[in-house]
Amino acid sequence: MIKDELLRNMSEAIVGGDRVAAVALASDAVRSGADLLEVIEKGFVTGLQKVGELWEQGDYFLPELISSAEAMKAAMAVLEPELARKKIEARSGGKVVIGTVEGDIHDIGKNLVASMLQAGGFEVFDLGADVKLERFVEKAEAVGARIICLSALLTTTMTNQKRLIGLLRDRGLRDKYKVLVGGAPASRKWADEIGADGYAENAVAAVKLVRTIAGRN
Amino acid sequence: MIETKRPKLEILGGALVERIVDEGLTLLETQGVMIENAEALQLLGDAGAVVDRASQRARLGRKLVEGCLASTPSAITLYDRSGEKAFAVGGDEVHFDPGSAAVTLLDHDTQEERKAATADLVDFYKLVETLEHIHFQSTGLISSDVPAEVSDCYRLYLGLCLSSKPFVTGTFRVEGFRPMKDFLVAIRGGERELRLKPLAIFDACPSPPLKWSNLTAQSLLDAARAGIPSELISMGLTGATSPVTIAGTLVQHVAENLCGLAICQAAAKGAPVIFGGSPASFDMRKGTTPMGAIETIMIDSAYAQIGKFLKLPTHAYMGLSDAKVNDPQAGFETAMGAVLGALSGINVISGPGMLDFESSQSLEKLVIDDGICAMVYRLLAGIAQRDDPIALDVFEGFTPDMTFLSHPHTRQWYRKEHILAGLVDRDPYEAWVTAGRTSIVDKAHADVRRRLGKYDALPLADPVRKEIDKIMAAYARSSGVGRLPVWEL
Repeated sequence: MIKDELLRNMSEAIVGGDRVAAVALASDAVRSGADLLEVIEKGFVTGLQKVGELWEQGDYFLPELISSAEAMKAAMAVLEPELARKKIEARSGGKVVIGTVEGDIHDIGKNLVASMLQAGGFEVFDLGADVKLERFVEKAEAVGARIICLSALLTTTMTNQKRLIGLLRDRGLRDKYKVLVGGAPASRKWADEIGADGYAENAVAAVKLVRTIAGRN
Repeated sequence: MIETKRPKLEILGGALVERIVDEGLTLLETQGVMIENAEALQLLGDAGAVVDRASQRARLGRKLVEGCLASTPSAITLYDRSGEKAFAVGGDEVHFDPGSAAVTLLDHDTQEERKAATADLVDFYKLVETLEHIHFQSTGLISSDVPAEVSDCYRLYLGLCLSSKPFVTGTFRVEGFRPMKDFLVAIRGGERELRLKPLAIFDACPSPPLKWSNLTAQSLLDAARAGIPSELISMGLTGATSPVTIAGTLVQHVAENLCGLAICQAAAKGAPVIFGGSPASFDMRKGTTPMGAIETIMIDSAYAQIGKFLKLPTHAYMGLSDAKVNDPQAGFETAMGAVLGALSGINVISGPGMLDFESSQSLEKLVIDDGICAMVYRLLAGIAQRDDPIALDVFEGFTPDMTFLSHPHTRQWYRKEHILAGLVDRDPYEAWVTAGRTSIVDKAHADVRRRLGKYDALPLADPVRKEIDKIMAAYARSSGVGRLPVWEL
């Protein structure tokens, strides 16, 4: 049983976006042989949930959000090798392939979503920006991901989100993947129109969406 | 007569200007800039920069940059298509051009953004041609019915056919420069003539932080050699792609723009360069890039002041809005930017007509904004002493029932001192009700139709038209593009 105070410190390190403290607390936990699943679920993840609430209340903005995600990733980077060594199955959200579609070099929003997903316990394969549509499919096939997230900032490039769905259909892979879309010009209506499996308007909503979709799989 | 003061805004104190420039130069020297263009790296290396080929990074010493600044002209004169009308781009001269390269048009009838087609671009050019206070054209819309391979070139081709005003434009791909330059050469009648009388400015944007892409660096090299002015469009987003503080973003702005300027000078000493930009105060909630934010306007005003300190012509994206329709936000953001940009003495102000983070154009907004520009020019003209004495003569023989309306002094000066209202509503309430409570947007729409009806710009001389048709067709062929949209003059 880990002391409540320690768990609270872990949570607070994430809420405060304090990378150094998060890493130190994670390292201490590994050294002391603490129950790492408890550390993650009752410590760090609690903090991340609190961050999501603060965002939704309008108290947190992108700098806080991204600092917390970075702190979470740093803590997980310390914990994961230890979990693997002890052959402990950590709560994994699943694998997600993400990128900005071809013709579009904008990646700020996509990076945010990737970071938040990773912090939220998903294994994220970020292909970057201006990504050829075939690469999304190749990557998803190669790593065994079931979710593909497509970003586009331009109305001229958002049509590539639609094209990817066509590409999956042509290859008989449409039912194998959940395709989620985001970016400034995208909308729920657009997602419905092109037959995507979901749309999220910001990084916090994206994590919720992916979590729901992954749960369904 | 007492000299008329031109109202002026200097947002930064002198010490801060010097400090920002100093840090910008240090940044160029210590961190350098990544340039994804082998020739630009080579030329800068030859000029004395420390170049690391592996990381494509060039570090530029102060001496090198100062030498480049010294060889850059402090003013440029653009000429219209006929080569007769001159526009000074320097000092505190102000010229507006429509915000450029919108991907959508706000459709007045549906009040929805839709993709723009060639027919829209034709209307856009014709309309801007009739707008007196928008001195330059810009290749303002991207036509969705033109294949992407030739769209940069095609929009300039169309504009030169339809409009006599100088152009602000730019390339979307490296191959686009050659035919675009060839159009300008054909109109001027030779390379030397184009150099003497530039007709178009080419925008080139570094990719923040501290990077020039292959495309944009190549545009700088090509334009410099042709004597075409390059507009340097550094565009840091505070806290996202540049430091979050305004002063910090200005340091990066100076470094990126001066690196661009050095590339131009390394390619051709004396090449014309404009110190411009499109930075924005990054929205920390929405992750968007608001052009109408007061902080964005402050950054613009400040880097323009720095550009002037460096003795360069200046440019900014101001007088535009992030609103999606022509609502109050569209009006106030546009007016704030236009007024403050003009008071800052920015030479080229790109913005009129533009909505939605530089992505949408509105014909109605162009007409409304032309009225804002008219007011701005009146403001810049300042308050003059027209008579000596100023008013004592007017009061000669004063009686309490005297009226100024019939006074010869009124007749003499009212048109010079006051501009007409244009589309702005100045009706008494009852008259406004009787006239159908028409909004400025509806009035603007009617004015757009009226102006398009009366458009009568001189067409290009036949042999020149044939030549640029040929250049366009050859470029389309070499790009593997078959048919181009049909349009009518």
